[in-house]
Amino acid sequence: MPTIRFRLNGAPIEIDADPDTPVLRVLRGHLGLTGSHFGCGAGECGACNMLLDDRAVTACDTPLWSVAEKDVTTIEGLGNAQNPHPLQRAFIAEQALQCGYCVSGILMSAAALLKRNPDPTSAEVKAALDRNLCRCGSHNRMVRAVLRAAAEMRAP
Amino acid sequence: MNTQPPAPPALPPSLEANPKLSSWVAFSRDGHVSVSPGKVEIGQGIVTALGQIAADELDVDISRLRMVRASTSFSPDEGVTSGSLSIQNSGRALRHACAEIRQIFLTAAAERLGVSPDALTVRDGAIAGPGNVSTSYWELADEISLDRDAAPGVIAKSPDQRALAGHSVARLDIPDKVFGHSRFIHDFSLLEMLHGRVLRPELSHATLLELNEERAREIEGLVAIVRDGNFAGVVCETEANAELALAALRKSAKWSLAETLPDESALAAWQKIQPAETTVIDSRKSTLPPALLRSVKRQYTRPYIAHASIAPSCAIAQWDRNQLRVWTHSQGVYNLRSDLALVFKLPKDDIVVEHMEGAGCYGHNAADDVALDAALLAKAAHGRPVRLQWSRADEMSHAPFGAAMTVEVGADLDAEGEIVGWHHSVWSNGHTARPGRAERPTLLAASELATPFPRAIAVNPPHASGGGGDRNSIPIYDFPSWQIESHRLTTMPIRTSALRTLGAQCNVFAIESFIDELAHERGEDPIAFRLRHLSDPRARDVIETVATKAGWKPAKRDGAGHGIGFARYKESGAYCAVIAEIEGTADIAVRRLTIAVDVGEAINPDGLINQIEGGAIQATSWVLKERVRFDERRITSNSWTEYPILRFSEVPEVTVDVLSRPEVEPVGAGEAAHGPVTAAIANAVFDALGVRVRDLPITRDRLIAAMEAS
Repeated sequence: MPTIRFRLNGAPIEIDADPDTPVLRVLRGHLGLTGSHFGCGAGECGACNMLLDDRAVTACDTPLWSVAEKDVTTIEGLGNAQNPHPLQRAFIAEQALQCGYCVSGILMSAAALLKRNPDPTSAEVKAALDRNLCRCGSHNRMVRAVLRAAAEMRAP
Repeated sequence: MNTQPPAPPALPPSLEANPKLSSWVAFSRDGHVSVSPGKVEIGQGIVTALGQIAADELDVDISRLRMVRASTSFSPDEGVTSGSLSIQNSGRALRHACAEIRQIFLTAAAERLGVSPDALTVRDGAIAGPGNVSTSYWELADEISLDRDAAPGVIAKSPDQRALAGHSVARLDIPDKVFGHSRFIHDFSLLEMLHGRVLRPELSHATLLELNEERAREIEGLVAIVRDGNFAGVVCETEANAELALAALRKSAKWSLAETLPDESALAAWQKIQPAETTVIDSRKSTLPPALLRSVKRQYTRPYIAHASIAPSCAIAQWDRNQLRVWTHSQGVYNLRSDLALVFKLPKDDIVVEHMEGAGCYGHNAADDVALDAALLAKAAHGRPVRLQWSRADEMSHAPFGAAMTVEVGADLDAEGEIVGWHHSVWSNGHTARPGRAERPTLLAASELATPFPRAIAVNPPHASGGGGDRNSIPIYDFPSWQIESHRLTTMPIRTSALRTLGAQCNVFAIESFIDELAHERGEDPIAFRLRHLSDPRARDVIETVATKAGWKPAKRDGAGHGIGFARYKESGAYCAVIAEIEGTADIAVRRLTIAVDVGEAINPDGLINQIEGGAIQATSWVLKERVRFDERRITSNSWTEYPILRFSEVPEVTVDVLSRPEVEPVGAGEAAHGPVTAAIANAVFDALGVRVRDLPITRDRLIAAMEAS
């Protein structure tokens, strides 16, 4: 089994696994990081989105070999209860979810957006989240939450 | 004189059925209260709303509550979490139980402190009285047994004494969810847990003729291949290997031909000639002499609709000799247990079913089916737990669907064109085949076993309990006479069961579209026309509110339109009125939904708004996009590509006005918006384009067909 090296949530990591294994399986299985969710296994719903360097990608159809020597960030690395990311704070403030199954993937898409565009319009937020599906209909709250987080992050 | 003593006030029904107070609430010495409702979190925020009710009556801070997940080993049996009834049923029971428990503690405290109970106050669980005497729930916790039955006659607090009800308390589960902490069954694991996968036919109801296990047996970590008639699956040490083993098994499987499915482009005609059970839902006869001059009739339809949760269904099962334990995101742990007991021919007490959260649940999806699948696989796991997660394709093609419907509405008009008679007929499969309600199980695999149970044919709940295909078929308008009929199909080539609103979405679509058509024909404003036929003051209130908010009627502009839709959900629940603003000529975009809602007492206004918004957006998705697709052999819409739902860029702005009535018993909100939103969009399409689309979904093809037909 070859060894694949990459950085996960800021720390270097080595995984011995078939290089074609989807990253999502490594995260949820080998590493027990269950914040990224399985929804379809075909890159169609975004519930498993992670940051690969600064881009949001679906972890369910990203093979392990393709993240070698790169930075992978998952919801667990975005922030935590003690030190939340502004997006997480904003999602709580706006009560921006119903079931919450899709929300970790949506937070990662939003985080990627704010890295490349710190001052997005509502339409730009919607465009950035367009590949993430939400079935409960919390879209508008999520857009508001992303705009709130962006404003907070821009504030001096 | 012989006077009857007044009948004691009855307990709330759910408390009457589960009277033991200790099954609802328990106190611990360390300052916590465990609250154990029988209703479950399905993404609707119910646990927080119920927590607010309990904290209010007990006078404790909500942070002291430990909301316990339902389990058949200790929770009250509150049936299924469905039908927008949780606040109504569980909320009322909890309010009463907590009020009584508070009284019990105050009585005991009074005795201990030597003061009158009336002189005591409770503040966050601390009980204090005159002369600085004090104790607390926590101090008394071990002394007071709640192993006693609730008694009628306790008076709960009045609305103005409640600190939390009526306020937008932040949901208790949201922080976990934004930090990626494990709350979902999908993220749960047990020691020694194995992974299963199930082989389902791609062709509709095909029989498994041949299965060669050789290749699958070569997969590393394979623990078992399970086969029982048409049911087949694998159990492996890892999820990855379970998928490989399943793929090998699938390759080797030989199936019979499919059972023929109806023509999806001619469903209404097909439904009308199927064998059916016909019920007269309601009949009103006019006392006036017949004044009929002419009749108008229209037909409206909706397709089968998928639940399409973002997570595929998942369950964990474990056998300990002949005892079964199941972890599930089912809406009804006791109901699932009943069906499992039927399948395995076990006493119910030998089965424990525990709830864990799943992704958003909009009705009877595959949660119960996957639980039986997991239990069947776990039989071969030598006592180890087996986790089973369905594939996306199975979720989209084997879970029950919301039933397709055909609705014919007719009006008899007098010489002035006024409505003197109304007719409404529904053709549809039944809208529920939930487990735990019949003598035979309704779980999918039960009909696949070597000794199979017959396939369950979906039925309709009685109209008095909300109805099924007939839900919301009786108009709220003051028509002098009507005849309402429901035809429940007794053949069921495509599996149906409860999906959010059951028949209400299509019935409201039909009634509210037809009302618009009649108003248009008379040249009347559709809101004025509705109000002219409505005496119910709460109904008038939501319509007038929404009309004001939307500035009815906004000036006409090219390529845009406005429409209204209104209903009282289940004829006895929440009132909801919607004005939709749409744009487009062939591809419709819904720009804005302005909504007013009245649920009586709003326990958590923001939670309520969240439910209404969510329902409105989901309904927009149903209306613009959703239709289960099939050919004569199989369901073809088994991926997100084949079954698209509304995306962020397509979502309308939604504003919700809550007409709060704290003095009126609360009802649920989760299903109130779907029917009104559907009709409002259809009516706005007519306003914009002058064409009437009577078949959902309103797609480009349907619009073009409607334009050509007009």
